[in-house]
Amino acid sequence: MHIREAWKDEPLVSNSGTMKVSVWRGQGDVGQFEEFDVPVLDNQTILDVVSWIQQESDPTLTYRFACRVGMCGSCAMMVNGKPRWTCRTHVKKVRKDGAIEIAPLRNLPVIKDLAADMTEFFDKWVKAEGVFHPSKTREDPIEPINHESNARQQASAAIECINCAVCYAACDSVSSNSDYLGPAALNRAWTLVNDERDSAAEQRLKAVSGDGGCHSCHSHQSCMNYCPNELNPTASIAGLKRESVKNLSWWGW
Amino acid sequence: MIRPHRSHPLWYAFMLHRLSGLALALFLPFHFYVLSLALTNAARFGSFIEWVHHPLVVVAETGLVFLLAVHFFGGLRLIALEFLPWTSRQKTLAAFALAASFFIACAFFLSAI
Ligand code: SF4
Ligand code: SF4
Ligand code: FES
Repeated sequence: MHIREAWKDEPLVSNSGTMKVSVWRGQGDVGQFEEFDVPVLDNQTILDVVSWIQQESDPTLTYRFACRVGMCGSCAMMVNGKPRWTCRTHVKKVRKDGAIEIAPLRNLPVIKDLAADMTEFFDKWVKAEGVFHPSKTREDPIEPINHESNARQQASAAIECINCAVCYAACDSVSSNSDYLGPAALNRAWTLVNDERDSAAEQRLKAVSGDGGCHSCHSHQSCMNYCPNELNPTASIAGLKRESVKNLSWWGW
Repeated sequence: MIRPHRSHPLWYAFMLHRLSGLALALFLPFHFYVLSLALTNAARFGSFIEWVHHPLVVVAETGLVFLLAVHFFGGLRLIALEFLPWTSRQKTLAAFALAASFFIACAFFLSAI
């Protein structure tokens, strides 16, 4: 069912009235907050609020979403100053003094309104060697993997990343060092370092050991604090740091 | 101003570590200068040591001892975080570093007055 129709099935305005919602409008570095009055519903996510504004109040509002169920990672925004996946963030949980402020993700350029440009986020994923390098071809028999092994458990613990860039927006090292690869890319690199089927361990550890790599992380743990999938990039990065210092020779020592 | 995304205990632990490190770095040259007086100007060093018993100076020194302790324990916490297997008790460790630093600063204060 179309989202708009879904709303029409429910009473649009419950007895709770309306709320003030400030939404960032603009392109690139230029913009300002614009205020909307949005009906309060009993069960309402931040993404519902943004969609209501775009469908009922201002069709020119630009934002991004796809799955609406916390799978695709495309809907993240700053909500009252904190990075959140908006499709699974309930209004009730985050309203502050009855009001909500919604802005595009921090640490990324703005395309328009609430849509941040994710290019550098994904480029860094590749720079951190977040790409799987198979050690076998499709002709080879499938390699049995022991799910109990320590390496596999470490890989699995970090693997459920949806590329939402919530951690990237929360990270102060990203804001102070534009070369820093960031929590998501490094977390991904750590899953592959622990993946027995991968063949590029050394290349990857080199990629994350240089300038802007794992050693630029200051362990604030903001990334793990906000990751909606409860991943722990700080722990993954600490793992990379350990592997990296075991191989000091890469740094010419 | 502390922006909303920073308001969680482990970010405060990071900032405390940073600020205590900066404050100690500013203090150390002064500290070495005073110590050097013992070699170069014993009379001035003597009068300086007198001054050290002034209550205000004791309070200021207690602050310094706290900064030193909090940087020390905070540093141990970070070394453990980076080099030991991960533990989920990061907030507890940070709280422990803070509590131990208070304890040491108070012990210093009580022994100095
Ligand atoms: S722990 Fe590292 S990656 Fe996570 S927010 Fe801090 S600096 Fe960024
Ligand atoms: S690590 Fe978590 S916060 Fe970061 S991109 Fe992946 S799912 Fe999102
Ligand atoms: S819309 Fe897919 S994660 Fe929110």
